Amino acid sequence: MNNLLSIITFLPLVAALILALFLRGDDEAAQKNAKWVALAATSATFFWSLFLIIGFEPSNPGFQFVEERPWLLGLTYKLGVDGISILFVMLTTFLMPLVILSCWHVTDRVKEYMIAFLILETLMLGVFVALDLILFYLFFEAGLIPMFLIIGIWGGKQRIYAAFKFFLYTFLGSVLMLVAMVGMYVDAGTTDIPSLLNHQFGTETFTLAGIQIVGGMQTLLWLAFFASFAVKMPMWPFHTWLPDAHVQAPTAGSVVLAAILLKMGGYGFLRFSLPMFPIASDLLAPLVFWLSAIAIVYTSLVALAQEDMKKLIAYSSVAHMGYVTMGIFTANQQGIDGAIFQMISHGFISGALFLCVGVIYDRMHTRDIDAYGGLVNRMPAYALVFMLFTMANVGLPGTSGFIGEFLTLVGIFQVNTWVAAVATSGVILSAAYALWLYRRVVMGDLIKESLKSISDMSLRERWIFAPLIFMTILLGVYPAPVLDTIGPSVAELLTNYTAAVEASEPLTQVAEGGH
Amino acid sequence: MIGPDISAVLPEIILSIFSMIALIFAAYTGKDRTAPLLSWATAAIFIALAAWIGMTGEGTTVAFKGMFVDDGFARFAKVTILLSAAVILMISQEHLAKLGILKFEYPILIALATVGMMLMVSAGDLIALYMGLELQSLSLYVVASLHRDNARSTEAGLKYFVLGALSSGMLLYGASLAYGYAGTTNFAGIVEAASAADQMPIGLLFGLVFIIAGLAFKVSAAPFHMWTPDVYQGSPTPITAFFATAPKVAAMGLFARVVHDAFGGSVGDWQQILAFLAVFSMFLGSIAAIGQRDIKRLMAYSSIAHMGFALMGLASGTVGGVQAMLIYMAIYVTMNVGAFAFIVSMERDGQPITDIRSMSMLSKREPLTALALLVIMFSLAGVPPLVGFFGKFYVLTAAVEGGLTWLAVAGVIASVIGAFYYIRIVYYMYFGQSDEPVETAMGPAQWSVLMASAAILVVGVINLFGVEGVALAAAETLVLR
Repeated sequence: MNNLLSIITFLPLVAALILALFLRGDDEAAQKNAKWVALAATSATFFWSLFLIIGFEPSNPGFQFVEERPWLLGLTYKLGVDGISILFVMLTTFLMPLVILSCWHVTDRVKEYMIAFLILETLMLGVFVALDLILFYLFFEAGLIPMFLIIGIWGGKQRIYAAFKFFLYTFLGSVLMLVAMVGMYVDAGTTDIPSLLNHQFGTETFTLAGIQIVGGMQTLLWLAFFASFAVKMPMWPFHTWLPDAHVQAPTAGSVVLAAILLKMGGYGFLRFSLPMFPIASDLLAPLVFWLSAIAIVYTSLVALAQEDMKKLIAYSSVAHMGYVTMGIFTANQQGIDGAIFQMISHGFISGALFLCVGVIYDRMHTRDIDAYGGLVNRMPAYALVFMLFTMANVGLPGTSGFIGEFLTLVGIFQVNTWVAAVATSGVILSAAYALWLYRRVVMGDLIKESLKSISDMSLRERWIFAPLIFMTILLGVYPAPVLDTIGPSVAELLTNYTAAVEASEPLTQVAEGGH
Repeated sequence: MIGPDISAVLPEIILSIFSMIALIFAAYTGKDRTAPLLSWATAAIFIALAAWIGMTGEGTTVAFKGMFVDDGFARFAKVTILLSAAVILMISQEHLAKLGILKFEYPILIALATVGMMLMVSAGDLIALYMGLELQSLSLYVVASLHRDNARSTEAGLKYFVLGALSSGMLLYGASLAYGYAGTTNFAGIVEAASAADQMPIGLLFGLVFIIAGLAFKVSAAPFHMWTPDVYQGSPTPITAFFATAPKVAAMGLFARVVHDAFGGSVGDWQQILAFLAVFSMFLGSIAAIGQRDIKRLMAYSSIAHMGFALMGLASGTVGGVQAMLIYMAIYVTMNVGAFAFIVSMERDGQPITDIRSMSMLSKREPLTALALLVIMFSLAGVPPLVGFFGKFYVLTAAVEGGLTWLAVAGVIASVIGAFYYIRIVYYMYFGQSDEPVETAMGPAQWSVLMASAAILVVGVINLFGVEGVALAAAETLVLR
């Protein structure tokens, strides 16, 4: 099985090609076929990815399932997974069939919709398995095209503004990263990620246009990558595209965006910023901490004021991603473990929350919180599911949300107590907005005339939620599978990181003394 | 039988003789009725010559005492020029016939312009350079005003002529200065004179600046771009398509020849000028295109921005830079040919239209066409995994390697601004609304060119069809000679 990763990555693309070339017509039968093909392809991808997790050797911190072929300009087509990336691959393949199921009722240009999601899956998987800098960039950027179309064609009323904002914001962030990648290529002579992980980028302080750059080249490269990942993540204050994109995207688009696309930023920090630029990361970690702390508190407060359910969840996503960035740059085992765990768990929880909004949006065609109230009277099953994911979002012990938040807070407490204190207050705020949302939508008497005939979840909808509930609770009570998988790779990353930072200690002190 | 000098210029001679014969044939037989036949014949001979030059040429031949150079670089550029000219001839006939201007002079003028372009990229001497340039330019002035009953078309021709003559004058002035201070018009002699002392003679430097200004006119690099939007808009669309492709490659090839062959020893002297032209073109092209409603004007600004990127490669002054420029131009031509294959077929009630709003909801009516155009637009914007991204990647790498990181940063910022108007076209096609939709009258030629171009832009991600190695070899013959 030497090309397992290629199979997993390109299977959805092949299905998309089959749909594009062989499926004709736009009648109901053709639409059904398109959905079934998409579902079969995403399920098959998940099935193949099970071989990946079975064959994966967790105690080996290096890259596994490596494939390598020469490509252009001395670049290579190189794929591989390690303990950090394999879970994101699994998360993607696990969620995509559910995403396809969730758009079963779509009737507008179904074939194109399915093709867009299938191509998007290939590109997302490619981001997580690419072991070549430019190959990574290729997948990372190409994802913008299908997402732009998904928001723009199937989105809500303001979809065009949102689609343009999404595209241009993320594009601007990424092209700076591209220049940094070119710079790395010129400096190191290779774009091979495992080799770059061992390359020492220059840290000599120099002066550029009258500004003294402490940490030299590493700082500049770090900032360029930060521009891309911070927008993607998104971190405060680069997050303003996210609420727009989320609100306007169709439900399935929101799920993919929140559950997988945002994780690319965190994955990027772990794969590039931290291990490749350790000195700069060490130098700039306080900046990340405070941006994250502000994100947690500020966006939680903003979430409290929202009248639109999707916007509220979007802001809560920004807040939760704040824990992730904070955890990553603590550079200790708890912090990074927690960050990865938080990303995986947020994939399930935020995906499920957007699906919950989708369920009632499909019935009432509004996302205004005020339009709802007392749903528990007519939709008991829905109330239960929504309750569970609200609690998971708050970080209730016993759900996966708790483990991630707790570990990152433990991590940050060891590094910076003040940031930890600010960030912890976010836990209270998140309880406030999530529970208040739940109360306004689900609890109370059913007084609104329009809601009198609303029906509870269908069987299909229940089946979509079942795996998500299972994973949220499983990881909440038994987090070991995730932590065992990422452990060795994270430990290896930290060993190299600490060694690099310690070796350069005198250097940074000199530089700081020179201010 | 024939001397080595003659055999080096044989393709150009064949093409010239063909043009003469075609002219006499058409004049004495069916006049304009022979135009379709001549167009196809010219396209066929272009393709045959491209295949011949591409497959047989070897090594470097310097003919006519350095006047004419046949090397890998020239061959790469010639093949690109010939193929793009052939494709443009194939897609242009229906449109011109509808306007009633499918004249027999059209393919002949295109053939003569192509001879000029082939001479340009092979020039080894300032005189040969000027001869090629003028043959090309004079033919183009005429085709720009081919639609002679149309005020805009004649305006385009006149404007192109006046400004083109001005730029030729500047170039000649620079050439005369170069001759005066180097004592020769031969590139090999100039490069000796330029690098003899530590500092290039000031007169020669002035000459260099004027020559570059003249060439910048021809590639329509800002701030010498003023003619481009008007000429693009005014000329009949197939002719705009021609302007946007082959002459750009030729002028860029000539640019590379002059700076590397004649001033190769003094990279530092022209690098800043080129970097300035590049950065100015990229930003002007990207920003000015945002306000455009006319797709031809939009493509004009787009080509200005793209020339900025190609110049960025050239500005690095290295083998990698020339290679990047060649690859960029090949990709640029592929994208533009595809885009124009669609633009020439845009019409309503039998009349050509160019308003981009008319493309609204094209995806509903013609999903495949819209998809192909989407690929081309995202590729023009430089979004991976499409081939347009690799063009940008090569020039960025060249710029960073050449120590011009600031230029690379400026370039990517400009490309984000530029992305806005490309995806706005996608927006019209996929989400827009309009009362007056476009009707596309695509013949089989346009349709296949559009689809082939889109397919190349997607499939090319695998290995760029091997163009990388060829371009590298071509760049090496130019720079390391």
